[in-house]
Amino acid sequence: MTARLRMSGVRKSFGATLALNNVSFEVGPGEIHALIGENGAGKSTLMKILSGALPADAGRIELDGQPFVPENPLHARRSGIAMIYQELLLAPHLSVEENILLGEEPGRFGWPSRTRGRELARHALAELHHENIPLHVPVNRLTIAEQQIVEIARALVRAPKMLIMDEPTSSLTQVDAENLFRAMKRLRQRGVSIVYISHFLEECQRVADRYTILRDGESVGTGVMAEADLNGIIRLMVGREIKEIYPRIPHELGPPVLEWIGLGGETRPRSANLTLRQGEILGIAGLIGSGRTEALRVFFGLDRLARGRVSVFSRESTRGTPTRRLAEGIGLLSENRKEEGLMLNRTLADNLTVTRYGVLSRLGWISSRLQENCARAWMQRLDVRARSPRQCISELSGGNQQKVAVGRLLHHDAAILLLDEPTRGIDVGSKVQIYRLMGELASQGKAIIFVSSYLPELLGVCDTIVVMCRGVLSGVRPAGEWTEHSIISAAIGQNEPAAN
Amino acid sequence: MNDTPRQFNLFALLNAVGPFLGLMLVIGLFSLDSEVRSYFLTGANFKTIFIQTVIVAIGALGMTMIIVSGGIDLSVGSVVALTGVVGAVSMVQGCPPAAAIALTILVGGLVGLINGAVIAGLGMMPFIVTLGMMGVARGVAKWLARSQTVDAPNSPIDHLMAVVEPLQLFPLPIGVWIAVCLAVAMAVVLKKTIFGRYVFAIGSNEATARLCGIRVRTMKVAIYSLAGLLFGLAGLMQMSRLAQGDPTVAIGLELDIIAAVVIGGASLNGGTGSIMGSMIGALIMAVLRSGSMQMGWPNYMQEIIIGIVIIAAVGVDRLRHGRAPS
Repeated sequence: MTARLRMSGVRKSFGATLALNNVSFEVGPGEIHALIGENGAGKSTLMKILSGALPADAGRIELDGQPFVPENPLHARRSGIAMIYQELLLAPHLSVEENILLGEEPGRFGWPSRTRGRELARHALAELHHENIPLHVPVNRLTIAEQQIVEIARALVRAPKMLIMDEPTSSLTQVDAENLFRAMKRLRQRGVSIVYISHFLEECQRVADRYTILRDGESVGTGVMAEADLNGIIRLMVGREIKEIYPRIPHELGPPVLEWIGLGGETRPRSANLTLRQGEILGIAGLIGSGRTEALRVFFGLDRLARGRVSVFSRESTRGTPTRRLAEGIGLLSENRKEEGLMLNRTLADNLTVTRYGVLSRLGWISSRLQENCARAWMQRLDVRARSPRQCISELSGGNQQKVAVGRLLHHDAAILLLDEPTRGIDVGSKVQIYRLMGELASQGKAIIFVSSYLPELLGVCDTIVVMCRGVLSGVRPAGEWTEHSIISAAIGQNEPAAN
Repeated sequence: MNDTPRQFNLFALLNAVGPFLGLMLVIGLFSLDSEVRSYFLTGANFKTIFIQTVIVAIGALGMTMIIVSGGIDLSVGSVVALTGVVGAVSMVQGCPPAAAIALTILVGGLVGLINGAVIAGLGMMPFIVTLGMMGVARGVAKWLARSQTVDAPNSPIDHLMAVVEPLQLFPLPIGVWIAVCLAVAMAVVLKKTIFGRYVFAIGSNEATARLCGIRVRTMKVAIYSLAGLLFGLAGLMQMSRLAQGDPTVAIGLELDIIAAVVIGGASLNGGTGSIMGSMIGALIMAVLRSGSMQMGWPNYMQEIIIGIVIIAAVGVDRLRHGRAPS
């Protein structure tokens, strides 16, 4: 049986940096192939070469046994290679149908054929078992998970031989991810080959048939997923042993520092209740759209608070603005690093210190020296890899950017940290550093609310967990009393989880 | 991590001196012709260029701040006309020059305050609000001046922009020195103070600025008001130069000012820009005007050339940034 895709000896350099060196990569027909590696290992570069976005310096690519040199993205697409990017690339104001057909509108002499187009779009959605998504609605009214489905449907309309999915689940909840996996398996049955890139190794293990590991631009291992063991894969990825993915640092719980009673926003959350104690890591689980992010935003004063009461450090403080919350010693890490979390065209130092220039300045004048020293200290403490504090933040990798965003809360010396999806889309090494940091902060008596859609990390890191369901948050319980199964049951609204 | 430090420094250097190189290039081009050079490369000519730059330069100080914060102000030309008229009318009515100066500048600040309050308070697009204000301020100017020019009585204000004899570079009129001092002050404010960093922060990402506890609305009101004071000062310079308040003067001035800021490397998306760049941008435009005149090119040639320079400046900027591997 010939492979659907065979890449061998692929090399690519940017200036003096060798991004890919002698990479071999092989995918069979109707196979889901996990491409695994830390950020910067070269996964995206390899896939960009395959999809025609970048030319390779050397190497050979065969598609169904025929030599294939992708000249540009259009050529690759015409050859049956479809790529779904990490960031959603939909036109937000166009309808679902228009987005699915974009660039491939069936028609004649420039006049689109409405009926055939609708049929095609509907068929693509049906194939993914998402007929429920209405065709005429603008995509910006859909949830992120639904938008993801639209994006995949768009790729399907082109009847691809190969589908490349770059971190498709990073913004999905477990339930939506399950749907996606089912859709992937159906595509596999049709003979479509899928390259699946994800930082969630457990997911790769469940969904993929085979895997290839990249490290520092080289392929360091490939094999059958069912025979692989997770620790071995991690060892190959990072080139070193990570002893514990979820390091536990002992810490003690103190008095309550934060209390929400019936906190409600305009639409979400409907009623959020919790008590957070000093030195506690409290996890909030739930589906996307259940109102977890909104609860943090309403509390932090970014969205309007409609009802409920809040006390901070045992003092009534219901109505807050971000300025006031920061003054109270509360910091929020946004789930959306690019659009809200960071000022992408500013320097690392500015992003790190913006909430607390006071200690770096006198009478409104900022001392560049103090700021630089301060940023350098945090860079070292958080292991941020960058050339200098004056480097533009957009030049850093996702993991390093995230560390800077977390570093801002540390520089602010926040006593209560609200972390919304802090590990989304970052590599395993950075994730472990963030887990460890959370433990250290808790042991220093900081209180942390940790919102995550990734259950293993919630169960691994948190002291207590609470599940948000349809805008209602209540019933905090120790992490030990939860299982993945019981959390999912609670998230989708089944009253009492089954025994297993 | 894909580019080496050496390349990085080269880019940084280009970014810093790019507009300056542009200015040198323009001056160099006009100096090629030896006949023109004998007029063009003289102290007297540069004195004229500096005086002609003052109004655009002072306007560009405020505009840089606004554009860096992600906004825009289209009402500058009208505000310059309005404040000039206010100054002239108040002196005709018997105000002492000092009071007239204060009034002129404060009216500019008031217009800015209204702009800022509407933009921040109602969350409206700066483009729309200031487009409206462009009409309102121009209309009020004509109303106050009864649609005529108002001759200002002789006063020390006339010296601000007067071409002082002898015909050499120095002494420069006091208006030029005011512009230079303000430029230095604004550059320091934008670069070195918390206020300045907040301006950049808001322009770079308003959502982040809010998340980081910056009072975005208050800041916007402050930014437009401060810029308004500067536009009022530009109006004073305009009045000094004409020795009258003219309600129909400075039509399209806002576009010259925006062009100067953009040539100087600012992005209309906000978050980037510098006072130094904007000042050089303003000088480039004045040098182009002066040079074209000395070459004997007709007016329409100047307009075409300046238009091309604006597009080219931003295009070069784009290429420079596009070079960095994504």
